[in-house]
Amino acid sequence: MRLLSVEGLTVALPPGADRANAVQDISFSVDPGEILCVVGESGSGKSITANAVMGLLPKGLPITGGQLVLEGRDLRATTPEAMRQLRGQRMAMIFQEPMTALNPLMRVGNQIAEAMQVHGEGVQAARRVQELLAAVNLPDPAAIARSHPFRLSGGQRQRVMIAMALALEPALLIADEPTTALDVTTQMQILRLIREIQSRRGTGVLFITHDFGVVAEIADRVAVMQHGRIVEQGNAAEVLNNPQHAYTRALIAAVPHGRATAPATQVGQTVLEVRGVRKTYRRGGWFGGSVSVSAVKEADFTLARGETLGLVGESGSGKSTLARCVVNLVEPETGEILFHGTDLRPLNRSQRKPYRQRVQMIFQDPYASLNPRRTVGDAIAEGPITHGTPRAEALARARELLALVHLDPGAIDRYPHEFSGGQRQRIGIARALAMGPELLIADEPVSALDVSVQAQVLALLAELRARLGLTMLFITHDLRVAAQICDRVAVMQRGTIVEMGETAQVFGAPAHPYTRELLDSIPGRGWTPPATGG
Amino acid sequence: MEASRLPGFLARRVVKSVLVVLAIVVCNFLLVHAAPGDPASVMAGQSGAADPLFLEQLRRQFGLDQPFHIQLWVYLKSVLSLDLGFSHRQQAPVAQLIAERLPATLLLTGAAFIFAVGGGVALGALAARRVGSWADSAITALALTFYATPLFWVGLMLVLVFSVWLEWLPSFGMSSVGVELHGMAVVWDVAQHLLLPALTLGLFYLAVYARLTRATMLEVADQDFVKTARAKGVPEGRITRAHILRNALLPVITFAGIQAGQLVGGSILVETVFAWPGIGRLAFEALLARDYPVLLGVFFCTSVIVVLFNLATDLLYAVIDPRVEVG
Repeated sequence: MRLLSVEGLTVALPPGADRANAVQDISFSVDPGEILCVVGESGSGKSITANAVMGLLPKGLPITGGQLVLEGRDLRATTPEAMRQLRGQRMAMIFQEPMTALNPLMRVGNQIAEAMQVHGEGVQAARRVQELLAAVNLPDPAAIARSHPFRLSGGQRQRVMIAMALALEPALLIADEPTTALDVTTQMQILRLIREIQSRRGTGVLFITHDFGVVAEIADRVAVMQHGRIVEQGNAAEVLNNPQHAYTRALIAAVPHGRATAPATQVGQTVLEVRGVRKTYRRGGWFGGSVSVSAVKEADFTLARGETLGLVGESGSGKSTLARCVVNLVEPETGEILFHGTDLRPLNRSQRKPYRQRVQMIFQDPYASLNPRRTVGDAIAEGPITHGTPRAEALARARELLALVHLDPGAIDRYPHEFSGGQRQRIGIARALAMGPELLIADEPVSALDVSVQAQVLALLAELRARLGLTMLFITHDLRVAAQICDRVAVMQRGTIVEMGETAQVFGAPAHPYTRELLDSIPGRGWTPPATGG
Repeated sequence: MEASRLPGFLARRVVKSVLVVLAIVVCNFLLVHAAPGDPASVMAGQSGAADPLFLEQLRRQFGLDQPFHIQLWVYLKSVLSLDLGFSHRQQAPVAQLIAERLPATLLLTGAAFIFAVGGGVALGALAARRVGSWADSAITALALTFYATPLFWVGLMLVLVFSVWLEWLPSFGMSSVGVELHGMAVVWDVAQHLLLPALTLGLFYLAVYARLTRATMLEVADQDFVKTARAKGVPEGRITRAHILRNALLPVITFAGIQAGQLVGGSILVETVFAWPGIGRLAFEALLARDYPVLLGVFFCTSVIVVLFNLATDLLYAVIDPRVEVG
């Protein structure tokens, strides 16, 4: 018998949305002991599908057609109270964002126990909580159970979520992008954990993701969604290696392939040299002890003209702090930051001003990095105007720049909210270029973007680099992205650069154990995407 | 917060509070010196004999001929031993006057506080639970009305309706005059007198809490962990109580701490309208009579109460929210 079967499911969007249905006429099934990956970009309707199965759709999104059957039971004909009974007991869900998915005021042990209590299994809760925490490989289950969520790391919280979902041994586990917010090594641990638990207990898993690497790592079968429809579905090996639908092929082609590009041909003069920079964050006051975290301690590097250096590491490795030291958004305690031989660190505001326009930065979050109340033109022209360019000239230049980043120059009078994430990131790049920089610092510029948009933005950066002869410091947590765009990479761990070298060499023959660990954690490493014609 | 860190946290907060109280006492002392004429001339004026010899004698008697820092030291010592001076007008020690009036004020403000917090949170939670329904609209409209109406007007209207027209409740004082009561009858008598002033004092804050609770609950209801609770099959009632309300109470507690301090000072108006024998009215009378020792005593006393309430809020916050930074 099928564990979950979905037939012709249609979920309506409120009137006035960009399409009539969030999900239209989709059919799929999950067998016991099977992992079905639903793949798609943001807005494809994959999360709506998961919520429809759980009976957790918001009021504005009604199911208008189709059948949902779990273990022979018609879910659409089930009363809300009976649905509540099923949730947690027969089907459970884990979410994308482990930092916000747990109640901050409740001890994690109590949150797991609650899942059992509300289904009348509270008696065994105390004993089971520790068993469950041990089962998801958390050290010292007794101490973890007594902790509040804020004491745990993202990976630990996601383990707690999994323990909570598994508390009553549900037949179906729905995982909505459970590893997207995690570091690459943590992601691999969580994927292995899900796989292990699923095969041990015969749980059926509906796994939602946008990452084909993750699919290659974990899926038995795959369903690809686009604009609310399933465009292709089949065995994982089949879909991954022989995709039929054009959209699937485009998605797979957009996956950063992780193969190193040829390094820059000639090495020019040194643009930036960072020596002995240290940054320690301190907290605490008059009363009580202070806490200090050493964010950057040993991170010397040089950057030659026309070269792209990738700064790779997990969250908390200090890579962003290091980049911010270069543009003086963060003031390091010691060290030298030599830009064409001039140490920028001791300079005061006015002495630094001429250097500001020569070093520009692109930020990670395209939604937060543009002022929502200013037009795109103002955002791009603001820098040159404050440096003395006449307004009309700056705006004319802004139009040229919009064309350069492949946006309509007419967009100059529009506001950021009218653009998608990828378009906003192009605006952010245009804004950085407006100052005519020599050195561009890109802090995770593609991390918040869908994979196909990510590929476009990376292509744009590569093009601009070649055309304008830019030198770039590229910060990323994604090794596949780093391999694609960087000539050299520096791997950072806990504030220290542990390995640095040409991309092909570092990725081909990693010398440091941490680099090897990072490389082994790239999801879908064993899978070589097929070369597709488009 | 971890239970083991609580004593250290408490100790640091107490030290800080003591420092604040000391600063207040110094300010008090400076205020006396900033007032025109020194206390001796005020006293002499009050006793009606202002010849220079008598003034000199008074100054020596009270140490006013001493240098500034010695006077400050003497004043600090007397205040810290709870000697707040002597009111020549009322012919009684200030500490005794305040001690007589303080319980009445604490009773009034305590009742108003409990009414405001309890009623406000309950109404706000109800409105948030049934958002968009007629109950929500009614509560929102009612809260807005109380929020916008001046306190003294509410007091007068309540007196007019419940005391003058309906004759249900007494309109002034704390207990019935000229009646000998015992046991529960006293409690019942005071409760009747307490009702109108407590309502008057509490209604505005009730409105604030209702609005605050409703808004925060709606905000918390959209957060991920509420969805997590739903996904594990927690019933709606329990989601509201254990997950939404508990998180929504944090800003309410912050505001309640501020309000608790303000209530004591803010009760002057209500105590005057309802002839409630508390320190608010004591301060008002002292002000009219230029009775500086009493005024400063009340000032000191209310400041200490505000500091105590702040301390209590911090503690409560630290117990409820484990994320509160220690230090």
